[in-house]
Amino acid sequence: MLKGQRGGMLRSYALIAPMFVFLLATFLLPVGMILWRSVSDPELRTALPETAVELSSWSGRGLPPANAYAALARDLAQVDGASLASLSRRLSYENPGFRALLQSTKRKLEAAPAGTTPDLVVLDPQWGANQTWQAMKRAAGPVGVFHILSALDLRQNYETGIGPSRPGAALYRSIILRTFTIASTTAILALLLAFPLCAFLARQSDRVRNLLLLMVLLPFWTSILVRTTAWLALLQDRGVINTLLMDMGLIDQPMKLLYNRIGVITALVHVMLPFMIFPLLAAMRSIDPRLFRAALSLGATPFYAFRRVYLPQIMPGVMAGTLMVFVVTLGFYVTPMLVGGPGDQMISYYIALYTTGTLNWGLASSLGLILLVITLSLYAIQNALLRRSGVGLR
Amino acid sequence: MTDRPIVDPAVPPIVSFRAVTKRYDAKSTVVDDLSLDIVKGEFLTLLGPSGSGKTTTLMMLAGFEWPNSGRIFMDGQDITDLPPHKRDMGVVFQSYALFPHMSVADNVAFPLAVRNIAAAEARRRVGEALELVHLAGFGDRKPGQLSGGQQQRVALARSLVYRPRIVLMDEPLGALDKALREQMQIEIKQIHRQLGVTFVYVTHDQDEALTMSDRVAVFHEGRIQQISPPVEIYNRPRTRFVASFLGETNMLPGTVVSVGDGFAGIRLANDVVLRGRAGEGIAADKEAVLVVRPEAISEIQAEANTIEGTLLDQLFHGDHVRVRIAISGGQTVQLKLRPQACASLPPAGQTLRLSIPAEEALILA
Amino acid sequence: MLKQTKLLAASLLACTVCLAGASARDLVIVSNGGTFQEAQSNAIFKPFTAKTGIKVVEDTWDNGIGVIRTKVEGGDSGWDIVNAESEELEIACQEGLILPLDIDKLGGKDNYVPGAVHKCGIGAAIYNHVLAYDKTRVSAVPSWADFFDLKKYPGKRALRASPKTNLEFALIADGVPLADVYRVLSTPEGVDRAFAKLDTIKSSLVFWTAGGQPMQLLASGEVVMTSSFNGRVTNAINKEHKPFGIVWDKSLQTADSWVILKTSPNVDKAYELLKFAGEAEPQSHLPDVQPIGITSAKAVGMVKPELLADLPTAPENNKDVLQINDAFWIDNIDTLTARWAEWSAQ
Repeated sequence: MLKGQRGGMLRSYALIAPMFVFLLATFLLPVGMILWRSVSDPELRTALPETAVELSSWSGRGLPPANAYAALARDLAQVDGASLASLSRRLSYENPGFRALLQSTKRKLEAAPAGTTPDLVVLDPQWGANQTWQAMKRAAGPVGVFHILSALDLRQNYETGIGPSRPGAALYRSIILRTFTIASTTAILALLLAFPLCAFLARQSDRVRNLLLLMVLLPFWTSILVRTTAWLALLQDRGVINTLLMDMGLIDQPMKLLYNRIGVITALVHVMLPFMIFPLLAAMRSIDPRLFRAALSLGATPFYAFRRVYLPQIMPGVMAGTLMVFVVTLGFYVTPMLVGGPGDQMISYYIALYTTGTLNWGLASSLGLILLVITLSLYAIQNALLRRSGVGLR
Repeated sequence: MTDRPIVDPAVPPIVSFRAVTKRYDAKSTVVDDLSLDIVKGEFLTLLGPSGSGKTTTLMMLAGFEWPNSGRIFMDGQDITDLPPHKRDMGVVFQSYALFPHMSVADNVAFPLAVRNIAAAEARRRVGEALELVHLAGFGDRKPGQLSGGQQQRVALARSLVYRPRIVLMDEPLGALDKALREQMQIEIKQIHRQLGVTFVYVTHDQDEALTMSDRVAVFHEGRIQQISPPVEIYNRPRTRFVASFLGETNMLPGTVVSVGDGFAGIRLANDVVLRGRAGEGIAADKEAVLVVRPEAISEIQAEANTIEGTLLDQLFHGDHVRVRIAISGGQTVQLKLRPQACASLPPAGQTLRLSIPAEEALILA
Repeated sequence: MLKQTKLLAASLLACTVCLAGASARDLVIVSNGGTFQEAQSNAIFKPFTAKTGIKVVEDTWDNGIGVIRTKVEGGDSGWDIVNAESEELEIACQEGLILPLDIDKLGGKDNYVPGAVHKCGIGAAIYNHVLAYDKTRVSAVPSWADFFDLKKYPGKRALRASPKTNLEFALIADGVPLADVYRVLSTPEGVDRAFAKLDTIKSSLVFWTAGGQPMQLLASGEVVMTSSFNGRVTNAINKEHKPFGIVWDKSLQTADSWVILKTSPNVDKAYELLKFAGEAEPQSHLPDVQPIGITSAKAVGMVKPELLADLPTAPENNKDVLQINDAFWIDNIDTLTARWAEWSAQ
């Protein structure tokens, strides 16, 4: 390689370096932290280090060896309050009774005559149960799949294999499914609404189009809370729509438009519409309108021309808009929180709840990880589809 | 030139415009009471400056515009309200209008796919069509990978492949450079002769119109000024506009003094009387112009139809020399001479006498 | 706007302060902003500076135990005293993020109303989760039993979208005495019982998430009864003259507390301020701006009578309430939230 060329390469690397650092700091690092938090399980190892070692070598079947009991007794004798509190919280994800069990066992051990080591099973019969020790082993860390499995309503059982975390549990799976249902419904409805609008806008003069776009964008510039509150005023039982319809005599009872799926989808589509309009309009404007005429002149019916000439060319725009709306909607939680019912809360609501509300970061990170993995796979599928249809990125 | 009869009154026209008028608003009439017969198999060019109504006429024929009044017939059937895709015409646009997401072969096959023609047959015909436009072997490329000339050939192949009754072309060579244009003119002309399909061609380029057409219709302000074979258009323009729009011409205003035997006399500003063929609608004592092509004037001494003037300058153009002569009355006349003929010219400022053959001069109202 | 300017000024000041170095910085106190902090500032911080000459710098935060963790992890980061919610107090105390308090240095246990004294915190404000109702559609003062009785008062009801407080209300409505609520709730049968009670009105339930929503729901006629923070109801009645009623009996009480971060270099000044904050005279002015329940036992008698009626700590309002059990909720919030989510989505 020529010296000058190498210098040029170095310069171009230097130019993209800030961008790379920025990406690293704002994207890769947080993703890495999510990944780490979803598998990190340090509490038991911090509070009960010897027990953690013993549990790691135990199979998880039946009861652990005597060494484990002895280690637990030693660990409990010297554990400090803060670590024990953290451990209690971690174990309460499985069984809220663990705090009481650990506290009382510690107290009873301290009350025992010096030099003697009482039988833990006598102190509390729960220490004689396999499930108690399994829960401890699942938390033995320093890394584990407990949180990820929890986010899929699963639990590892060392005797029977991986099974449901509670009988019939399907909470997070149903929330994930619901999140994707809401996001895809929003994306499809936004597409159906934006399509004719963009087709119309694409044919207007610049002045008219800019004016109309401004009207579309106006809500985009207002706070999401304000917009959502406007929907409240519109959709509630005594809101504008119901009052109007009842005054007109079209309905006797107010329609249920709020605190359910209808309200969520309505508000989300409204909020998301600009994300669909922009890529779609850009795609439509880049098409030479004469192509449609050419197709007609060649004998294509308007529908055939639309399907074979128009649609394939705006497909990248359609895909970009749909994916954008879909992905952005996946992360929404303010709107469903305000206009949805409890059955309409999306995964981000729970991620927020577990991050700031209950401090269960392992579960929050796992839910985030699952969301990320599914979103990335969808993106990959879309890209493959576009590539196969020949209009993808070349 | 073709040996087929240009206008055979026995053959019914393939397309007829009858009193077609197109207005965009109350003020501007784009096409004004147009009546036009297009003969089966001919190469008809609609020629005119921009805004003269030629493209609108073509678009009405293609079905993309609708007349405000009047009817359009094709093979005796009223097609005025027929949507474009049912007209069975091939249209070639200035912008090529190729489908960028399809390969060249798929573009050409598009009209066949629309017509549900079997794949094998379609492949064969696409091959033929590409061969016709010298693009065999380009079928797998995307339009974006071709040059402008190649793209226009694809568009041409696409408009021909399903053997439409009539092919419409809207300034198809407008975006190409001069050399490529001339080559394409020849090719299009060849294809027309080969296939015998009716071509209707819109251009504002008079050279294109003259070289390719069987007939030329000159448009001006929404009306056809004249529709004739190229030679006639050039040599026997019927109006001042046609005379001035096609090629260079001298126009000398004056007053008609006599009309008879297809000839007329005109008195110019300097009181000289010249004779020429009589155009339509001229009458004695009426204003008129004498129209004569620069190449028709010579300085050969002759008895009749001469005019005196002062040589202003001569410009050498290689194959010919342009000579400007000031005649009394403030008019300037241009001559186009072969370079050899210039040897006998007097120097600038000298007087000389020009001969204007009455056969080649026209007196137009 | 004024609040924002103040906020900006405060945070700028706080920044300069931490830049100036930990050893010589002013006392920084952090609360929740808005009229709540305004009330605290007028009643406590300003008179304290006037009396002692100790400068107090105000900052604001939006809660979250994570914030306290971050503030403490890297040593002193500029905060001394923080107005914390009860769960934050509990967890921060367990994790050793805040200092255990010597109650004798703060005027002694008897100086405060019951429930205001914690190992690591001292009550700053008391508020209740109450039942609020639309007087035009509910004729008599309703009980929680009436809240769960669709025949007696038809119409929709609103509850907070969270198991916390609702499971307690359900058990209270089902006849569990206040003293037994958390004992019952600690058993699987008790949880089942609470959810079964909620099932009886599920079809008529609307859920709220933000504190302003209950009054909006009530005002728009969407619901006839709702749970709410007491301050919102009082403001709606007194300031907006809404025909609403507030039910203090069998309400759930909780408290915000002052805590001292373990990294504070100003512990002595902080004690001085907290001692002052616990005195009767400054506390009696807390409700002037906002119906904040006061924690000083002696101050209750000194509050203006017309304001006292709206306070959670007024003897009339305070006789039949249940303290929210934070220890219970810290242990059970994850399992019960999952159960609640499953129940509410069905």
